[in-house]
Parts: sequence; C-alpha cells; structure tokens
Amino acid sequence: MTPMDFLLLTKGPLFSLAIAIFALGILIRLFEIFALGRAHNYAAARGNEVIPGLKTMYRRFNPDPGTFKRSTFDVVVGTLWHVGFVIALLMFIPHIELIKSTLGVSWPGLPNPVVDAVTAITLLGLVAVLIHRLTHPVKRFLSTPQDYLIWAVTFLPVLTGYLAYHRLINPYPLALGLHIFTVEIFLIVLPFTKLTHIFTAFVARYYNGAIFGRKGIQS
Amino acid sequence: MATSKTLGESLRQHGVSRRGFLKFCAATASMMALPPSMAPAIAQALEKARRPSVIWLSFQECTGCTESLTRSFSPTVENLIFDVISLDYHHTLQAAAGDAAEHAREQAMNTNAGEYLVVVDGSLPGPNANPGYSTIAGISNYDMLMDTIDGAAAVVAVGTCAAFGGLPKADPNPTGAVSVQDLVKDKPVINVSGCPPVPMVITGVLAQFLTFGTLPELDEYGRPRAFFGQSIHDRCYRRPFYDKGKFAESFDDEGAKAGWCLYRLGCKGPMTYNACATMKWNGGASWPVEAGYPCLGCSEPDFWDAGGFYKALSVPTGSPGDVLLTAGAVGAAVGVGAGLMSRNQGKQAAKHHDKVTADQLEEKL
Repeated sequence: MTPMDFLLLTKGPLFSLAIAIFALGILIRLFEIFALGRAHNYAAARGNEVIPGLKTMYRRFNPDPGTFKRSTFDVVVGTLWHVGFVIALLMFIPHIELIKSTLGVSWPGLPNPVVDAVTAITLLGLVAVLIHRLTHPVKRFLSTPQDYLIWAVTFLPVLTGYLAYHRLINPYPLALGLHIFTVEIFLIVLPFTKLTHIFTAFVARYYNGAIFGRKGIQS
Repeated sequence: MATSKTLGESLRQHGVSRRGFLKFCAATASMMALPPSMAPAIAQALEKARRPSVIWLSFQECTGCTESLTRSFSPTVENLIFDVISLDYHHTLQAAAGDAAEHAREQAMNTNAGEYLVVVDGSLPGPNANPGYSTIAGISNYDMLMDTIDGAAAVVAVGTCAAFGGLPKADPNPTGAVSVQDLVKDKPVINVSGCPPVPMVITGVLAQFLTFGTLPELDEYGRPRAFFGQSIHDRCYRRPFYDKGKFAESFDDEGAKAGWCLYRLGCKGPMTYNACATMKWNGGASWPVEAGYPCLGCSEPDFWDAGGFYKALSVPTGSPGDVLLTAGAVGAAVGVGAGLMSRNQGKQAAKHHDKVTADQLEEKL
C-alpha cells in the first residue's frame, strides 16, 4: 500500500466507518439515558427545573474553591489541555473545512500560528497529566487500564496532527493519513469508554442542577 | 551519438556567453543547495564534460513533458544544454523514422554501453498486462524498457506517468499501467515528477550528472531532494493568507481577486512537493497558484485519484454527512428502544415485588 492509498483509505471508507460507529454508539447511549428517564419525585416542586439545570451545565466549569485548593494541578492543567484540545479541534481551518463538508456548518478559524501554539501547550499538558497520574500514588492506584487507553487515544491525534503540520513525518500523505487514522480510533473508542463524558458530563450537570432547582436550592 | 566535442565548446558555438554560462552554473549550484563557491567547479566540470548519450523512451504519454522541455523559453541555457547532450533516440525530436530510428537506439546502446542515460516519458503496460496497449516498432514497451536499461548508467523517469504511473494508472487503470520504478530494480531510477515537470529540474538533474558524475540525493519517492525537498505550501507566496485564515471561497470572489489562499478551492499545495513556487514557469513568468488556480498536486503519486481537484485537502472523499445522519437515526432509534425496554423491565420487576411486613421479617430472625 502506498502512502496515498493509505491516505485515501483513511479519508474515505475508514472515515465513514468511524463516524458511523461513533454516531451509532453515542446516540444509543444518550437516547437510552434519556428514555430511561428519572424516578418520579412525589414531593411538590418548590422551583423551576430547566433554568437551574441549564445554569449548572455552565456553572460546573468553575471549580469550587475546595477542589481547587486540594487538586490545583488537576484543575489548572486539566482545564488547560481540555480548552487547548477544543481550540485545536474546532478552530483549525482544515478541521472547519471537514466539519463544513460533513455537517454543513462553518465558522471562522484562528490563525495557524495560534492553533500551533495551543496544540503545543495541549501536548505538554497531556504529557504532564500522564506523568502526574503515574507518579501520584493515589491516582496511580485508582487508574485502570481504560484510563491509560483513553489517554493514548486522546494524545495520539494531537501528536500526529502536530507532526503532520510541521512535516516531521514523510511523506506527507502518510503523516496526514496517520493523523486521520488516529482520529478514527478516537471516534470508535469514544462511545464505549469514559470518553462519553464529552456528552454525558453535560447531561449529568443538567440533572444535577434540575434536582436542586426543583428543591428550590442553589447548586 | 556522443562526439568528442565538449559541452563548453558546444555552448560557445551556440553563442552562449561566458557570463550567461556562469549565471546558469550559479543557479544550478543554488538549486542543488550547494554553496556559491561551487559554481566555478560546476562551470569547470561542465566545460570539460563530454556529450553523454541519452536515449529517450516515450511510452504511454501525451508528449507534454517533451513540450515542457523543448518549448521552455527559447533559447535558454537549459535549452542549449539539452541540445548539446547527445539525444540519440527521441520519437518526437529525431529525424529518423521506422527501422532507422530503432537502429539508432541500438547503436547508441552498443557504442555507449554502461554509460548512457535512459530518460523515460510515460507509463507502460506492466508485465502481466496486454502489451498491445502500447508498442513501438512492434516491440512492447516492457520489452523495450528492459532491453534498453540493460547497459544504462541510470534511468530518469520524466513526468508523473513515468515516475508514478500518472494518468494511465488512474482508476480503473484499463491498460495495467505501471511506473518505471515498479519495473527497474537494478539501476538507479531518478523520478522527475510533475505533469509536466519544471524544465529546469530535468536540466538540473542532467547538469549534476555531467558535473559530478553522480546522481542527486533522492527523497522517499526517488525524486531529487534539491527540487522536491519543500512543499508548494511552505514556499507559496500566498502562505501568509493561509496562516491568517484569509481564503478565496470561489474563483471570482473578493478573496480570489485579492490573491488570498486557495486552500478552500482544493489547493493540494500542502501535500505537494515541487519547485513551481520557487522556479515558476515560462521563464519565471508565473505558476498555477500565482495565476489564481489551486495546485493539483501533479508531482505526487496517484494525484488523479486523490479525492477531487476542487475539494479541500482535509475533506473526506465519501459522503460522511449521509453516513452520520443514517447512523445517527439508527442509533437514536435503538437507544430509545433500549431505554424503553429497560424501563419496562424495571416496572415489571416492581410489579412482582412481594410485599413484606415487619412481622414477617421478625419471624425470619
């Protein structure tokens, strides 16, 4: 197989397969959660559910002071690389082109040098959290093989993207093909691992906020 | 046929001034990424070089590569360098025809055994394909190539067809076309790809062979690194617009008129390695991107089948939107089904719960 064959395979059939598995998997999980619903609450509602639910979806981005004090590293580095990952994913022009061709929506991107710098920070952040996980005794004890798996499938697309952009793998179709391939692994693994938190985190936050809202208390 | 006249003598006879010749040598040195101090060495070597015999084989090709070379701004030093190599066999350019032409090829092979260069232009039907798709004087391309390279010093595959199969090899490849490097394993093969290649690149390769008697350093695809070492994208004068995120959205919008980046119009510059952006075409007049047209990636293998000339490089080749929609709809339906089933299961279980009183529990103690 030539590098161009590999690139065309990853851009064509493999990409279709990956997003099919991704869409199927994630929507089965989400709709199952929605269809299950929640246990009926017989107590009289003291407040609205929807507004506090939506508010909490946003409010949980701010760590509470206790968590920040106890796990400063996790909060700072965790936020840093998550934001970096999202910027690199959604603000890089070739990515926007891909989203436009797939979903039909687009938005202006950031200049490449900015995305490049953000990607470098993201990579360093991801390496730092792995080192922290391996050296921190409690974290290490709590880590399962899946934690390392999802670290790897998250790290690889960022790394290969960085290498492709800087042309550190030759020939270029191989570099781009590898990047797309690692993204496909990420998409396939996503619905069946902790990576579902990308979607379920917001569902959980909403339910949390809604429960508190119904009770008429702040969340 | 190779004659005893040196290149220097030939050039002077063609009216090339010493100054013009040295300028060419300096340009060649810089193209080959050599220090400027090498220019006199190149000049000296070229002056003394004997005309090497070149056999040019044209197989499944469109003659565009020959056009590119011979019609490059005439008369240029490149052109004259080309005149003064001993081009002993070339369908388009030779006067001889038929049996006489084939005789010239055989004679050149015998006289210069082990020293001549073979230039191949066009792909050829592979050993397992029907040889009838392309023959010359009743000889199949495959047989002619294998016969000719036997005594060759090196093979230069000119154009993307010869280097990588090109248009004839494009899907569905009806003639079973293969490239030169697919067949030639025991001789050095230099790929000078492009559809057509930049004229200076082929003369540069020949100049290096004449100067140093060596072949250039090659990249992963067997192309001279001096010319194919950098991507179009990295050397493109429109690159700052890419970095700033300023793109032409159509061929006649404001962005196109302002000369913004052509990435969204399908420019394959980021994956294409060639010298167009630096050497340009037609004597340095312009090149495709400068003319407002996205790079097609013509110097890359399989560029015809690389997913559409007008689709941005990062855009998938299938129809992912439809796949996403279908898989999403199925996923949502299955998810709702699974959720309702579990819910029902829960209700059924609750219905069948046996009620236990405190007294009954106490009895069990």
